[in-house]
Amino acid sequence: MDKFEKFTGRVAPLDRANVDTDAIIPKQFLKSIKRTGFGPNLFDEWRYLDQGEPDRDNDNRPLNTSFVLNDSRYQGAQILLTRDNFGCGSSREHAPWALADYGFRVIIAPSFADIFFNNCFKNGILPIVLKEHDVDSLFAKSGDESALELTVDLSSQELKSAHGAVLSFDVDPFRKQCLLEGLDDIGLTLQHQDSIRAFEEQRRVKAPWVFGC
Amino acid sequence: MNPRTLYDKLWEDHLVRTEKDGTSLIYIDRHLVHEVTSPQAFEGLRLAGRKPWRPDSAVATPDHNVPTQGRASGIADPVARIQVAALDANCEEFGIQEFGMDDARQGIVHVIGPEQGFILPGMTVVCGDSHTSTHGAMGALAFGIGTSEVEHVLATQCLIQKKSRTMRISVDGALAPGVTAKDIVLAIIGEIGTAGGTGYVIEFAGDAIRALSMEGRMTVCNMTIEAGARAGLIGVDDTTLDYLNGRSQVPSGKQWEAARDNWRNLCSDEGAEFDKEVRIDAASIAPQVTWGTSPEMVVSVTDRVPDPAQVSDSLKAEGMRRALEYMGLEANTPVSDIPVDHVFIGSCTNGRIEDLRAAAAVVRGKKVADNIVQALVVPGSGPVKEQAEREGLDKDFVAAGFEWREPGCSMCLAMNADQLKPGERCASTSNRNFEGRQGKGGRTHLVGPAMAAAAAIAGHFTDIRELQGS
Ligand code: SF4
Repeated sequence: MDKFEKFTGRVAPLDRANVDTDAIIPKQFLKSIKRTGFGPNLFDEWRYLDQGEPDRDNDNRPLNTSFVLNDSRYQGAQILLTRDNFGCGSSREHAPWALADYGFRVIIAPSFADIFFNNCFKNGILPIVLKEHDVDSLFAKSGDESALELTVDLSSQELKSAHGAVLSFDVDPFRKQCLLEGLDDIGLTLQHQDSIRAFEEQRRVKAPWVFGC
Repeated sequence: MNPRTLYDKLWEDHLVRTEKDGTSLIYIDRHLVHEVTSPQAFEGLRLAGRKPWRPDSAVATPDHNVPTQGRASGIADPVARIQVAALDANCEEFGIQEFGMDDARQGIVHVIGPEQGFILPGMTVVCGDSHTSTHGAMGALAFGIGTSEVEHVLATQCLIQKKSRTMRISVDGALAPGVTAKDIVLAIIGEIGTAGGTGYVIEFAGDAIRALSMEGRMTVCNMTIEAGARAGLIGVDDTTLDYLNGRSQVPSGKQWEAARDNWRNLCSDEGAEFDKEVRIDAASIAPQVTWGTSPEMVVSVTDRVPDPAQVSDSLKAEGMRRALEYMGLEANTPVSDIPVDHVFIGSCTNGRIEDLRAAAAVVRGKKVADNIVQALVVPGSGPVKEQAEREGLDKDFVAAGFEWREPGCSMCLAMNADQLKPGERCASTSNRNFEGRQGKGGRTHLVGPAMAAAAAIAGHFTDIRELQGS
């Protein structure tokens, strides 16, 4: 995984609560056996007027011009601003894959669904939880004529706007380290393989039925 | 020792190590695998030159993509066919047991796991699927994970997690006749909301939960994820043990006795403290019908569709307006006046034998209404289908005008050919009524199996209690 470096990016405001992973990437695209290429179908049912299919050329499809990602102000956005319980529903990791493939690196919301939140970190996306009123004020600013830009600094845990306003955010220290250093979870866990083996032996004695009967 | 919750016990029993900040490595006993969320995980293993840590901890089946009719001619959709073939090849390569599309035991992963006795009390269970919460009904700690974590569990037999908070939801007293497990869980989600369980593991307790069969308990735990919780749990009792005894992968003889004695401790101790307690009066629950595009948008069948004008929170009112528009409904319409044109009976929520029995009892000797375009029954697994056929339920359904299909996820998420068209309205026993879930522009109302069957016969939602009373 790439290291998560400080960057300045444009904010796209998606003003809906309970955005589910079916909406983020509809099921027909889950038939792919790859991890890449989901970006053009991110929010497919909201973004286009017709029905999307895998292997279809997305460039010539009719766009839903009232959808935020089709607004010229937000082209190239790397930060998605949204509402409560973002990413609820299905555990599909295709949702963060699609967001990352599109170019999003940070998602800001008052709350996230658990599995989605977890999946983001595994894919180099930083989900940031902010208080409702901070989210409200970002929404207010992001509706301006020129898009809001924020600088995301994970090491100092701060969001900065061009006018110098600063919001700080919390992040789990272990996850922060993994993102900053681009660490591979599996490699980290395998450093503890002796503990896992020892645990397994003891479990085999206590609950032999787990290991076949 | 202080009194412990069931979750405390399961957590402590699987703790390999904990860092100072609480980040823990927990050992995973069972891993269920399906075709949609696993190919990239197997590919990751291959690229890193890794092998599964314990291949016999896993069992796989294709369920999301499989056709529910005409299986002999294979999968028509080439993209889906490649995905199912990839699962077959990966299981072969990595030595994982698979119930392939033509195996008599194939079915929805969350139906076949318990059915084969593959999921036992006290286990940790994962699957790259959010409805893994189903298996909490066994007194197992079970949760859905993403594909990166699927790869992590395959490679290390562990997951990195922090401990969740605990919530106990007690459903006290007895359910009224005609009210089912599905109504309990929909009513709970209506009460606490789709994010009400976020950060928690929910234990379900109380007389009404104890009175449920294992099938009913699985229905309740299945939809715990719709309340946002990491997992649902129900403590072990005689109902659990009776369900398990004799199943193919459950220990027998002396080992059964040892296991059983051990499993009896898998309940929260008297006096154990939960971070949050919710109490619900079972008698107050009526048959539930969702009206919107989130499972929390739910009312009783005797109610009317809610009116956003009556809601003061503007963000919430806007969400309701959007949902009503998508659903093509007017506020204040009586729920029983809403006509449906499709009926879907199946899914990991309500595709078990008990569900099919309840639905068949309603349709027996009757005909689906003229306005019903399609009524599908999709059993949750091969064994469920066989059992239903032994009981003649298939004949009841077919005589009433339903289609009797092969097992799989089917119209629960419409990845295969079973889909709604824009504007079609479905009474569905599945678990998600999100926009487009059953097909782009499709409109889903979640209900229990008897309520879905009754809607098929009446052509609109109808209070099952009146039908059963008459
Ligand atoms: S039946 Fe529906 S919810 Fe259950 S596993 Fe299949 S798609 Fe998911």
